[in-house]
Amino acid sequence: MGTNLFTNYGEAVAMLLFVIGFGNLMLQRNLIKKIIGLNIMDTAVYLFLAEKGYISGRVAPIIVDGVQDVGAYINPVPSGLVLTGIVVSVSVSALMLSLTIRLYQRYHTLDLDEISLRLKREGL
Amino acid sequence: MREQMEFVQNFPCFSIMLCMFAGIISSALKGKAAKTVNRAVLCINIVMSAAVLLFTVETGEFYVYVMGRFPAPWGNELRVGVLEAGMALFFCIIMLLSLTGGRHKLAQEVEEGKHGLYYILTDLMLSSLLALIYTNDLFTAYVFVEINTISACGLIMIRQNGRTIEAAVRYMIMSLLGSGLFLVGLCMLYDMTGHLLMSNIKEQVTALHLLSLEGSYHVPLLVTIAIISVGLAIKSALFPFHAWLPDAYGYSTVSSAAILSSLVSKGYIFLLFKIIYRVIGFDVFRDSKIINVLFVFGLMGMVFGSLSAIKENDVRRMIAFSSVAQIGYIYMGIGLGTQMGMVASVFHVLSHAATKSLLFIAAIGLTDVSGGSRNFIELTGSGYRNRMAGATFTVGALSMVGVPMFSGFISKLLFAQAAVQNDAKMLPTLIVLGISTILNAIYFMKTVIRIYTPVEDSQYPTVTWRDGKRYAVTLVCFIVLNVILGVCSQPIVDLIGAGLNMFA
Repeated sequence: MGTNLFTNYGEAVAMLLFVIGFGNLMLQRNLIKKIIGLNIMDTAVYLFLAEKGYISGRVAPIIVDGVQDVGAYINPVPSGLVLTGIVVSVSVSALMLSLTIRLYQRYHTLDLDEISLRLKREGL
Repeated sequence: MREQMEFVQNFPCFSIMLCMFAGIISSALKGKAAKTVNRAVLCINIVMSAAVLLFTVETGEFYVYVMGRFPAPWGNELRVGVLEAGMALFFCIIMLLSLTGGRHKLAQEVEEGKHGLYYILTDLMLSSLLALIYTNDLFTAYVFVEINTISACGLIMIRQNGRTIEAAVRYMIMSLLGSGLFLVGLCMLYDMTGHLLMSNIKEQVTALHLLSLEGSYHVPLLVTIAIISVGLAIKSALFPFHAWLPDAYGYSTVSSAAILSSLVSKGYIFLLFKIIYRVIGFDVFRDSKIINVLFVFGLMGMVFGSLSAIKENDVRRMIAFSSVAQIGYIYMGIGLGTQMGMVASVFHVLSHAATKSLLFIAAIGLTDVSGGSRNFIELTGSGYRNRMAGATFTVGALSMVGVPMFSGFISKLLFAQAAVQNDAKMLPTLIVLGISTILNAIYFMKTVIRIYTPVEDSQYPTVTWRDGKRYAVTLVCFIVLNVILGVCSQPIVDLIGAGLNMFA
């Protein structure tokens, strides 16, 4: 167990980052910090995929001088997944930021609990 | 499998593409034209899904639609069986009815310039729902989960006030936590199995499960199942993760509330069904301990959702809290771990979707004749002021409580039958089912009695069905749908059973 953890330290770091991001997204009161947490969480997943997808000593499957042995290349799918994931995460972050701007213009605070409190007082 | 493709078999792909292109085209159209496009797309989708359903029932087997002619382990696939086609048909019908029923409210509550935007969002929503239903690729499912989240967020905040924006932010945060977990779960699954297509993953998972019995791969498999299930449970607002729900359903425009409660959360639950059967395998899922966790939270949701609903003084929020309880029922059915329990859960997905959208649409008719107030005091006697909406609300309430003739009764019956088959979980299930039914009866009957309590010289106007013909027709359609589910349940249950067998 312990030796596996050491050889796979990349994955371990990725999971640690994921948990940090997850915790921030869930527990922070400040909306900007929440969004930062979201980005850390997503990036951790990409690190995990990149770490899993790369085998040291092999190259991306771009054929330059004839087909070599299959063993010379890495699987390109994880990199593709990372790209797709980045697109998704960018659009979600943009949406979250625009919502944050809306709330800030209305209530002049970034604290979500404070906003909820004020909404209750407004009794809307 | 047949060699020659029939034309009908293209329809699932067409319907997803059609919705997407409708969304793109609508962005260049004015509100009214976008509405027409949206309605046309929904009608075409209903016809196409019905054709696919007939086709699959006739052949009695599922078929795989290969996208772009890349064969199995590399390409992307759709997989269509009875259950998928039936669910697509049902979702399209509910969406059409919800949009039609809430249209007059949309005109009042949303700025004129944003109507086009609303229909773009619904088109996108429908395309993502259909894709979630049909896709056979786990990563595609993830992408469409995110599209679904984004469009749902748009539907919540299209009516701009502080409450809805706050609700949208809370919804986004919860959803993102859920999809983050789902994403990391599927990456782990991909890492362990090397596949993204559901059927291919399942072969590998079965092999891994055999290994796990000998000791290796036990923890990774368990963690992956746990993460994926919890992620989807968060997204579909299972009990402890429901904090965003009452605000999001209670303050958004009524069509959005109906669509969110009856379709969006169900889309994720349907994805979970697919993952249980097609990715992880029913036996492996049952043998993991996760199923008990879902069971317990389902039971807690059934009780606490209803308790919160009893305390609520606002009719829309009360219906929203009732959703929490009903989602609890569905997860309880999954947690029973029997085929019967799954059938009951799928039936309850249908029944709850039909009833909850009916309740939201009927409630808006009642609040409209009470000066727009949603407080129970103001609602007194509104059943007389708008008889059509009052009658419909009563039907919905009776169905939720579980009175025979309506769909809710059948799902309760199926849950009870399923519970009897599982010795260990029989007692808690039946007890909580009983408690929850009583609680349901308390808050729904309270509302029904309230709306039929006569008041002297009410200051609010009385409307008849002639004042809103389209609205009245929608309500009648909802009632008919509910009664059909309640009366002709046997063929539907048989179809669900057949569909689940095709699932694996």
